[in-house]
Amino acid sequence: MVNSQEILKIKDLEKSFDGVPVLNRLTLTVKRGEVLVVIGPSGCGKSTLLRCLNGLEPVNGGQIVFEGQILTSFQTSWSRVRQRIGMVFQNYELFPHFNVLENILLGPVRVQGRKKSEALEKAEFWLNRVGLWDRRESFPRQLSGGQKQRVAIVRALAMDPEIMLFDEVTASLDPEMVREVLDVILNLAKEGLTMIIVTHEMAFARAVADRIIFIDQGVIVEDSPPETFFENPATDRARRFLNIFQFDGVQRGSRGTGPKTVPVRL
Amino acid sequence: MLDSALSIFRTGRNLARLMEGLGITLQISAAAVGLSLLLGIPAGLLMAGRRPLIPKLLRLYLEIIRVMPILVLLFLFYYSLSRFLNINLSAMTVSVLVFTLWGTAEMSDLVRGAVSSLPRHQWESGRALGLNEMQVSLYVVFPQIVRRLLPGIINLTTRMIKTTPFVFFINLPDLLKVGQQIVEVSGIRNPLSSVWVYGFIFAVYFAICYPISLLSRYLELRWQS
Ligand SMILES: Nc1ncnc2c1ncn2[C@@H]1O[C@H](COP(=O)(O)OP(=O)(O)O)[C@@H](O)[C@H]1O
Ligand SMILES: [Mg+2]
Repeated sequence: MVNSQEILKIKDLEKSFDGVPVLNRLTLTVKRGEVLVVIGPSGCGKSTLLRCLNGLEPVNGGQIVFEGQILTSFQTSWSRVRQRIGMVFQNYELFPHFNVLENILLGPVRVQGRKKSEALEKAEFWLNRVGLWDRRESFPRQLSGGQKQRVAIVRALAMDPEIMLFDEVTASLDPEMVREVLDVILNLAKEGLTMIIVTHEMAFARAVADRIIFIDQGVIVEDSPPETFFENPATDRARRFLNIFQFDGVQRGSRGTGPKTVPVRL
Repeated sequence: MLDSALSIFRTGRNLARLMEGLGITLQISAAAVGLSLLLGIPAGLLMAGRRPLIPKLLRLYLEIIRVMPILVLLFLFYYSLSRFLNINLSAMTVSVLVFTLWGTAEMSDLVRGAVSSLPRHQWESGRALGLNEMQVSLYVVFPQIVRRLLPGIINLTTRMIKTTPFVFFINLPDLLKVGQQIVEVSGIRNPLSSVWVYGFIFAVYFAICYPISLLSRYLELRWQS
């Protein structure tokens, strides 16, 4: 299913904030239809990477090429590029003064100049897919966190993006709402949409990814298929990071003396 | 009783004069609110901006105006300025000027508050959708700012209307001043005249300010999010 054509090429990307480097000559290629999951410790530059890709952060060096177009050029019309790169953030960022449908139609109708009827049809299709068509008249404040994130995903999809960027979209959700959002993304992956996903949900990462990109201190430390990464990480740093999510070997009250000291009741 | 009340308003041009006084009150308020919006909105946007110097200067201006009694400003512009610079401004001009200076300061602070209380990600999610800066302002920022701003603007308007009687001290015959003159004249024959005249003025201020205040509460409830 993975088409070998390259959709996105990132070469030696550099980004610093106030002289502090955040991305260090980061190089990465994404093929059409690929699903990349980016993981790494907090503050390693994952969000910054995504934000550079759609021009929300100006870069300090290197090159980003999207569908043959060099984005790291002062001539880039970012508002045009962003119509083709969908992005969903961690915080619910729906527009509170618009209802669900108005949130979704704003881009296609006002920005892309599509016919309202056509945009509406597409909105209906996607809202049905995420189970929210009957909430189309609701305002964001009337929705749960999970519902808001599903609407945010539909809002991005309604623009027909060629690639989707997800930045920890479940990080602010209550646990019981995480699944409904991840299921939507899993289904998009099955359909072959190109995606770069930043997440801390390891089971999800493993299920959805074609490739796992592990970033530490602004460089890609590992770039491997999910099985390899989770079962046999090549670097110590990745292994230490993965250990954070493991609870085996940690025993209540054992204090390092091993499980034998725990009294067993028969 | 009622006759004595009606006779005051029927005497001479009393009622017409009261209405003229009301006209002055409303003119000052309307002109000052309009000008304050015109000047305060750009000033507020500048205060919310990232340029380093301008917000500090505007802040200083705001603080000075805030601590200064309106009366001092009125006297300063009406009596002192004319002596000192040999400019003769009419009482009406001075009133509008002073109320605008005050209104602009308050308005700019309201706008600054409304703009900076809007979460940064509202701009970003607009941009991420492909909206250009114009469209982000038009569809995302502006409608939300207006909602946040309106209760404050309405509140400022009623405060201005309520403060207009100060122009009385620079001899501008506003509603209250006219009322006082009428009471002084008719009080000799009609001891209750102050009750009727000031009661009437009370009712007029209430009839103007209360609906405005209701409107503000209604909008606040409707736009609550
Ligand atoms: N706008 C900004 N100004 C200054 N520093 C920033 C800004 N955005 C991010 N950073 C810094 O850049 C580093 C990477 O941040 P980020 O990309 O958000 O990390 P991650 O998403 O991997 O947790 C962090 O140290 C963060 O403090
Ligand atoms: Mg992040």
